[in-house]
Amino acid sequence: MSVASTNAVPSVASRALLARRDARTEPALMRGLIIGFAVTFLLVFVALPLVLVFSEALAKGVGFYFAALTDKEALAAIWLTLITAAISVGLNLTFGITAAWSIAKFEFRGKTILTTLIDLPFSVSPVISGLVFVLLFGAQGFFGPWLMAHGIHILFAVPAIVLATSFVTFPFVVRELIPLMQEQGSLEEEAAISLGAGGWQTFVRVTLPNIKWGLLYGVLLCNARAMGEFGAVSVVSGHIRGETNTMPLLVEILYNEYQMAASFAIASLLAFLALVTLIAKTVLEAQIEEGRHTGDD
Amino acid sequence: MSAASRRSALPGFGLTMGLTLTWLSLLILLPLAGLFVKTAELSPTQFIDIVTSPRTLHALKISFGLAFAAALVNLVAGLIVVWALVRYRFPGRRIFDAIVDIPFALPTAVAGIALTTLFAQKGWLGAPLAALGIKVAFTPLGIFVAMIFIGIPFVVRTVQPVLIDLDVELEEAAACLGASRWQTVVRVILPSLTPAILTGFALAFARAVGEYGSVIFIAGNLPNVSEIAPLLIVIRLSEYRYADATAIAVVMLIVSFAVIFILNRLQRWAQTRTLAVN
Repeated sequence: MSVASTNAVPSVASRALLARRDARTEPALMRGLIIGFAVTFLLVFVALPLVLVFSEALAKGVGFYFAALTDKEALAAIWLTLITAAISVGLNLTFGITAAWSIAKFEFRGKTILTTLIDLPFSVSPVISGLVFVLLFGAQGFFGPWLMAHGIHILFAVPAIVLATSFVTFPFVVRELIPLMQEQGSLEEEAAISLGAGGWQTFVRVTLPNIKWGLLYGVLLCNARAMGEFGAVSVVSGHIRGETNTMPLLVEILYNEYQMAASFAIASLLAFLALVTLIAKTVLEAQIEEGRHTGDD
Repeated sequence: MSAASRRSALPGFGLTMGLTLTWLSLLILLPLAGLFVKTAELSPTQFIDIVTSPRTLHALKISFGLAFAAALVNLVAGLIVVWALVRYRFPGRRIFDAIVDIPFALPTAVAGIALTTLFAQKGWLGAPLAALGIKVAFTPLGIFVAMIFIGIPFVVRTVQPVLIDLDVELEEAAACLGASRWQTVVRVILPSLTPAILTGFALAFARAVGEYGSVIFIAGNLPNVSEIAPLLIVIRLSEYRYADATAIAVVMLIVSFAVIFILNRLQRWAQTRTLAVN
């Protein structure tokens, strides 16, 4: 595969670099200190909490672990989390593609403002992201009285959980796609159009294959955040057991009831999801990088 | 729109732009605008009374002050980590590189209970620290620790690509001209990294200010001691004091945007300065 050949080339070049390196590197002691600090910091501060989650989850044995995961409330929370993530990712995937198409393929005034607005949810506290929906749909909110009169439940029900999750995950897909599509330009699409292809056909046959890895990357990050979102969902969910608890909310409830092993069991599922996301992310990054290089040739 | 179609032969601008603006307005802009409309219902004195109450002021001070301090620690620790990952080869380097993203990927509630258990008096790290007389969990120090945890990937991931792309010939030139290694690092490398460092700092700070899940478990949440502003919003909401919650939220948003704006300016200033030097 091409991976092997690309690996072979830099190793010769880097050997040449190594020879020159003496003039521009730190003394061995300094190097040791820097590596030592970095490794210790990452192990103790970043990796250890993850290890602890699995260790605490299995503290009462494997039998208890699986019993905690198959508990009725746990299953309801897992199901709600999956549903919420599926809808939010679906919405933001659709939006991400349409927004990236209009922003990356066309020139217009106010583009910077538009991209700033799209990034807005990243700089808003999760709690505030939930609060805005309470203000819209709560009993004292703008639409609250009308909704109540018509018997429609949004707040403290699944719709608000989906809305809050969509709000916090809004920028993930589009911000991966815009730079990728800008880099690729519009020449291939213009060629397809001039050869008589329709807009939709051009997108599916020409654009989509070019952006598929970036798209998957955005979906991956969006999904991880959607399944793990806590603050925003916590504000709008109402914590109705078996009904409006997602997995992160159940983790909190069990923890506050001192059911540590059960809490960490649910947490370990989320931690496992985080690990899978990290591994998939590393693989996808390699794919995207490779796609860039073949594009250059 | 006609300007756009003149420049591009591609179809679909009207449709995709229309969908984008509709979805953006409905999901993001309208709800955020509601926040400001709700605040406008308060009279200026009411607003000031809420925001300057001792409990609110303390919560804001805790959130912004500790977030700033944590972002500073992230800046220094992040730079050392980036330097080790980019410039040196050591066993397991790729794995350590992947570990950096754990705080991004781990849901905040999971990070929260994990950090609390880790730093509790009988925890893996809490016990040895307690022996030294340092109490982390359920104190402001715990908030600080959680904020460092969630902020570290921001500095590393913004500085890393810039350090990778940095032209080593500049360093070699400096070394050839007789600069010591320290001089080269401080005078040649750091100035080129400054814009990225400031961006990483701003991102880590913004995240830590609004952080909720990974902080509330370890914080202890004592009013006027270890209560963060996002938690106070949640408490006010549960008391049905919507106006109070909204006022605190608006102050948080305005201060966050102001800080990001200032750092943006600083970053641009650093960029033009580097360009001028080079």
